[in-house]
Amino acid sequence: MPVAAAETALRLDCRVAWAETLESLAEADERIVVVVNDSVGSSNLGGFKQKFPDRTINVGIAEQNMVGVAAGLANGGRVPFVSAASCFLTARAMEQLKADVAYAGFNVKLVGQSSGIAYGELGATHHSIEDFAWLRALGPITLIAPCDAWETAEAIKWAAAHEGPVYLRLSRMKVPTLDLPGRSFTAGKAELQRPGSDVTLIANGTTVHLALSAAEMLAGEGVSARVLNMHTITPLDTDAVIAAARETGAIVTVEEALDRGGLGGAVAECTSASHPVPVQRVGFPGFMPTGSIESLFKEFGLSPAGIASAARIAMRRKGN
Amino acid sequence: MSHALKTDNSEGLIRDKALWMRRRALQMVFDKQLGHLGGDFSAIDILATLYFGVLRYDPARPDWADRDRFVMSKGHATGALYTALSAAGYFPEDWLDTYMAHHSKLNGHPNRQYLPGVETNTGPLGHGFPVALGIAIAGQITGAGYRTYVLTGDGEQQEGSNWEAAMTAGHRKVKNLTLIIDRNRLQQGAGTEETAGLDPLDDKYRAFGWEVAEISGHDYGQLLDTLGTPVGSREKPLCVIANTVKGKGVSFMENLTKWHHGVPNAEQFAQAMKELV
Ligand SMILES: Cc1ncc(C[n+]2csc(CCOP(=O)(O)OP(=O)(O)O)c2C)c(N)n1
Ligand SMILES: [Mg+2]
Repeated sequence: MPVAAAETALRLDCRVAWAETLESLAEADERIVVVVNDSVGSSNLGGFKQKFPDRTINVGIAEQNMVGVAAGLANGGRVPFVSAASCFLTARAMEQLKADVAYAGFNVKLVGQSSGIAYGELGATHHSIEDFAWLRALGPITLIAPCDAWETAEAIKWAAAHEGPVYLRLSRMKVPTLDLPGRSFTAGKAELQRPGSDVTLIANGTTVHLALSAAEMLAGEGVSARVLNMHTITPLDTDAVIAAARETGAIVTVEEALDRGGLGGAVAECTSASHPVPVQRVGFPGFMPTGSIESLFKEFGLSPAGIASAARIAMRRKGN
Repeated sequence: MSHALKTDNSEGLIRDKALWMRRRALQMVFDKQLGHLGGDFSAIDILATLYFGVLRYDPARPDWADRDRFVMSKGHATGALYTALSAAGYFPEDWLDTYMAHHSKLNGHPNRQYLPGVETNTGPLGHGFPVALGIAIAGQITGAGYRTYVLTGDGEQQEGSNWEAAMTAGHRKVKNLTLIIDRNRLQQGAGTEETAGLDPLDDKYRAFGWEVAEISGHDYGQLLDTLGTPVGSREKPLCVIANTVKGKGVSFMENLTKWHHGVPNAEQFAQAMKELV
């Protein structure tokens, strides 16, 4: 069972997979360059810089410049991977993301590092929980939150091959690698992590393994919970969402992000238009208090118990 | 009551406070195993000078309209800011023990809605200077007598928002504003000059319409004289380039990027405490 694997698997920081994959892609494709904001170390790009010093553009602490430069590099035929703490990449350079990347349609890959609340105690300025909502508003940017090291590598390979802007939301949080026979990654296509018929748990990024544990918990109560790994928010796999609504009648969304405007918002927009069912959204309510990642995840219900409890509420609301 | 105007004993007082702040910040970062000691230590002498020799304020009335303002733009250096605010009397010393604890008011970056004495929220670099400029312009418009000081890192100067503020301040001759740049020549990952060079900083600010003073950021006499210059004696905003040493005071932390956010182990902590006397 995937769940057992999730619980026993070694937990990995996906920044290793990110750096290794990018380096090997860059060996094969000389167009690939990185653009950073004093973030070589925090992005784990020390090795890349050593191998490709001329293809490492560190603009200093200047995120607006960083994203504008990336758009220009794309114009000049390069394939820029912008790598920065996701809080500053998105919040600080929002207009560059809108006008220079999304609206102008440049082939820029945006890599948001240490997303969600990975910076824990450093507080709300350093949390990146608004990014899903902000970037969902910028349609042409493909928005992907990989759930483990394997999917991180696949998503980077996909992004490099894809012509068009992509935002990859990575974490520094250690997560288990999820085990599924014959696993494959297709952007925009949800991954069925566990079949189920009573309720569907739709998660992405660092919360997929928590949803799997919640499903295991619910199984103990005789509840059959489907788990979908919705790694891509834009474009959303509406077929998988509508099937979940039809076949299980209740949905819980889980994301390490604001509880509105992101994955939960996208799913609710989809079901309300096509097949209305109760949707419980698990996420953060707003600016977070001071605290460690672990304590804040627990406090705000991003835990197997919190997700299971949201599932019970969603099921209770069926037919009401 | 206003505090902290310069007296004959200022230098000795500031030295004592700065030592206490360094030891206390070290303790906080060691206990929590999180923090930014390098940037705390480069800035502590500047903050100690401001709070114990320059600023007029009353910790019992943090919203006193005529208080001098200090904006900590390099918001990651909370080890420096929180120890200064506590020493200045804004909150009890034991609050420092809650540094970054669950639901603590002492967040990793300062929040004005959590703590008295914090003028604005910082953490993302390049925010404090424009806000301080707004505070100073408000004083100019209303004729209020307060002075506004803002401290940025030097790497922080790479953010364009600083240069937008510099332009506005120079253009409007906002002479009640003092910008202090903590010129420790290091940023997060490397030296400033190997990342995106800033030199010559003095010429840049002069060209933007500022008066510029370059001093040692660890010399209390120079700090007192420069930061205490009467606003009436100049026609332009003042930029103070304070040459500092990142990690100042602990030999093995000085001038090394790894101590930007490195945290000491027990042995290093003991050694550092031994040096901070
Ligand atoms: C907008 C923004 N980008 C990136 C960061 C991450 N960051 C925190 S401190 C720092 C280096 C700051 O260097 P400097 O301004 O020289 O500060 P100091 O040397 O005094 O610590 C960086 C890049 C940030 N806090 N804000
Ligand atoms: Mg510096």
